Amino acid sequence: MTATHHAGTSPATDYEVVIGLEVHAQVVTESKMFCSCSSRYSGAPPNTLVCPVCLGMPGSLPVMNRTAVEATIITALALNCEIPEFSKFDRKNYNYPDLMKGYQISQFDLPFSQAGWLEFDDPANPGQMRRAGITRVHLEEDTATLKHVRDSSGETYSLMDVNRAGVPLMEIVGDPDLRTADEAGSYLRALRQILRYLGVSTANMDEGAFRCDANVSLRPRGQAEYGAKVEVKNMNSFRSVVRAIEFEIVRQRDILDAGGRIVQETRGWVDDRAITVTQRSKEAAHDYRYFPEPDLPPIVTPATEVARLRSLLPELPDAKRHRFADAYGMTADIADTLTQTRALAEYFEQTAHLSGNARAAANWITRDVLRILGNTGAEIDQILLTPAHLADLIKLLDTGTISVRTAPEVLEEAVSTGSMPHEIVQKRGLGQVSDTNALTTAVADAIASNPKAVADYRAGKATAMGFLVGAVMKATRGKGNPGLVNELLKQQLDG
Amino acid sequence: MGAFYLAIAEHGKVGNIRHMGATGQPAGQTRHMHVTREHLVGISGDLTALTAPEARDLLVRRQISATELAHAVLGQIERTETQVRSFITVTADEALAQAHAADLALSGSDPGATPPLTGIPIALKDLFCTTGVQTTAGSRILQGFIPPYDATVVARLRAAGAVFVGKANMDEFAMGSSTENSGYHPTHNPWDTSRVPGGSSGGSAAAVSAGQALLSLGTDTGGSIRQPASLCSVTGLKPTYGRVSRYGVVAFASSLDQVGPFSIGVEGSAMVLQAIAGADPMDATTAPVAVPDYRSTIRDGVKGLRIGVPAEYFTAGMEPDVERLVREAIQTLQGLGASVHPVSLPYSEHGLATYYIIAPAEASSNLSRYNGIKYGLAALDEVDMTKAMDATRQRGFGNEPKRRIMLGTYALSSGYYDAYYRKAQQVRTLIKADFDNAFASVDVIASPVSPTVAFKMGARIDDPLAMYLSDVCTIPVNVAGLPGISVPCGFDHQGLPVGLQLIGKAFDEATLFRAAFAYEGATSFHRQRPPLARSEASANQAPHA
Ligand SMILES: [Zn+2]
Repeated sequence: MTATHHAGTSPATDYEVVIGLEVHAQVVTESKMFCSCSSRYSGAPPNTLVCPVCLGMPGSLPVMNRTAVEATIITALALNCEIPEFSKFDRKNYNYPDLMKGYQISQFDLPFSQAGWLEFDDPANPGQMRRAGITRVHLEEDTATLKHVRDSSGETYSLMDVNRAGVPLMEIVGDPDLRTADEAGSYLRALRQILRYLGVSTANMDEGAFRCDANVSLRPRGQAEYGAKVEVKNMNSFRSVVRAIEFEIVRQRDILDAGGRIVQETRGWVDDRAITVTQRSKEAAHDYRYFPEPDLPPIVTPATEVARLRSLLPELPDAKRHRFADAYGMTADIADTLTQTRALAEYFEQTAHLSGNARAAANWITRDVLRILGNTGAEIDQILLTPAHLADLIKLLDTGTISVRTAPEVLEEAVSTGSMPHEIVQKRGLGQVSDTNALTTAVADAIASNPKAVADYRAGKATAMGFLVGAVMKATRGKGNPGLVNELLKQQLDG
Repeated sequence: MGAFYLAIAEHGKVGNIRHMGATGQPAGQTRHMHVTREHLVGISGDLTALTAPEARDLLVRRQISATELAHAVLGQIERTETQVRSFITVTADEALAQAHAADLALSGSDPGATPPLTGIPIALKDLFCTTGVQTTAGSRILQGFIPPYDATVVARLRAAGAVFVGKANMDEFAMGSSTENSGYHPTHNPWDTSRVPGGSSGGSAAAVSAGQALLSLGTDTGGSIRQPASLCSVTGLKPTYGRVSRYGVVAFASSLDQVGPFSIGVEGSAMVLQAIAGADPMDATTAPVAVPDYRSTIRDGVKGLRIGVPAEYFTAGMEPDVERLVREAIQTLQGLGASVHPVSLPYSEHGLATYYIIAPAEASSNLSRYNGIKYGLAALDEVDMTKAMDATRQRGFGNEPKRRIMLGTYALSSGYYDAYYRKAQQVRTLIKADFDNAFASVDVIASPVSPTVAFKMGARIDDPLAMYLSDVCTIPVNVAGLPGISVPCGFDHQGLPVGLQLIGKAFDEATLFRAAFAYEGATSFHRQRPPLARSEASANQAPHA
């Protein structure tokens, strides 16, 4: 069998997979990138958030949205990028009906940032991190949306909505440092988490606020040059990114194994068929004829400005995870869970601070609060149970005001009504009885009415004590402080 | 039938209204008005011969009404337009409505407090977006495009009280030096209608020259204000790049385009620049440089002014009369107290080559939005989206835009960018440095505007290079982003106008106005009108419309 194969085409060839991701993330701003139209186009009737600038009307000129630039630089800093002092916008020329001016204002050779890196969980080694280079983070404008429709008579036409045109779009270009589809998935999760921590993007892939193209190539292990690169587009979820890369690795390996050659091209992922198909060959690739955008002066970002923006950086997920584990003595898993989002982490820290009991706060949140969020589909900042509520509940427990058994009931009511737990306890008389006098009577009654159990206790039967405690609790409708009941029983029986 | 004829047909009664005079004016003032008219504009009493400051003076003193002035220029348009064809659209109704509003403002207790251009008729190059009025950029591809917005300069002129008489003809997308590249019709030089008025703002220059408007607005990307001003014997200013907003000005070459005025006499241009200059939040390339009061220094004279004369701008291809008249003009300035110094601008010889890389490159990108999808011409017979876009461009653009789109696309193409566009930008820096060096020792640089007088229509239309050479003296000024003014400096042996170019330091338009004003005060070239503009000519010539 091996004799029929030429050297280098043996199926035994060990290939190294090389993956680089290009992510486009819409920047959260009030107005569009180059005009004052609202960028919150979701749900707006078509073509209502438009003006001469974003429609590309004759004579209109772009004016830079500084907030978007700052968001881009902050993102780049969070991704450990260098921020050059001089930057500029360029025109990327191509013709497509969704492009209002016949060119997209983007950045070519002097982007806002370059040469950073991103750390993500190594899927092959749980608990370990991997690092991938970030080539650059730059800023550009989104395009209009086209809808191709077929009417009842079978005629096809295209509808255009310009609301999205000009919405600021960050492009985060990754170095070709990823080696497996799972690494790509992990990289994307880490990136999305950072964008959301920074509050610069909703990073919701299903809303189109986060888009990912993957460059995939294979090369024989040990070879320095990259193989021919295939750009895969049209993935609409993290899962489809991973599946598309997996498919592409197999497709390319099969071609190479069969002695074929990989064609450099753009392929589209077809989700329902789980394959990639040719979209555009290299020969038909665009020459974008980039040149400096003459309508926008170059941007100078002095070191003082970079320092100012750096000072605005929040604590990032990784740092927070480590701090939680160290400062609160929690496991890596719990720390990971509590730092999923910046809002959840803040919820935890506020609860821990207000209650003075971080361990209890962590337990309640990871167990009950996340369950509530899961059941209701609400975000952490949307529920009625605030950190003040949860801290109140924890304090009621810690002071012995309520028992562990009544706590869930109080929590449920606080969640549904927004009332403070101590008010609920007061109103409904759920307070634990720790009054010795009140309990002494109940204990005496229990001893008097259960002679057999008393006899059993005195005969050394351990279960008798539990029976007598139960009797007291029953009499106090569960509000007796179990520790105190135990103590009083012992006093009266032994005394 | 062009848009102009449609407009004229609708307003056919303009000529009659004109003789009704201003309404509701006290008889005493009317009598006084006649005296002042004769004093100012000669025995004919032709209001179209007024300069803008003269008209302002008469309006403020209620000697004439804005309505009367509007009727005068509209009548002049009706009488001369078949010969000159300055306009793509005449907006007679709008002009009369604006004039009426101006008269209301001027009838207040303090007419002198009205905005400075109140009631003064202005023609706008058809490159400026005007709310509700078709804006074509001289191209068929924008036929029927009615902007829902004003260019910043139009809004500022509106706020200054100006009366808009119409949209002036131009070379398509401002690409040309003769206005023969208009997608509608050529414009004729009022001094000799067999000749071109220059371009691309030929309609704006011809309109002012023929008395069809007292002022006009044009754009200058490579000489498009100064060259037609020179060929039509009017004053034309190209301000410093960044001095005037480009918002709402259909873009040709974004890093070179600049808006400027035409006028009879320098002061009118100063009045217009005063109204339109200054930073605009809608144009990021406008400079936050304070705008001085131009008229407050315009009479300060040229005593002590240092004038540089670059040998490189008096070279081969220049007509002897042009050179002679320009040198005489420089001597006149010297006689007024200026000193003259030779300066050298060696890199200017590469100005044309640099310009013909940068301008087409930017144009190829700027013009890609015209595909029939949103406005203007649309090839609706093509069903396929891409084919419809291509067909729209094929049919809508004339030869010159197509030529420049191809040049620019080539210059920006992968593999050629470094050799062309990048190199051109580097040369641009050198051309600019030349001017910086020269301006270290002089205040103003004097040169010809155009190497030749107005040429015959059709003479250069098939020879793009000859046409491009029309702008050899003006292009380096755009490439360097500097201000330049063209002032009438005489007539050649055939009686055709010649212009003097004065180039200033960046944002120093005030010195250009001052020097040009001193010069015109010592001469009378700017007050000479082409025969067809004179109202006595109208007695013999019935309008053809
Ligand atoms: Zn807009």
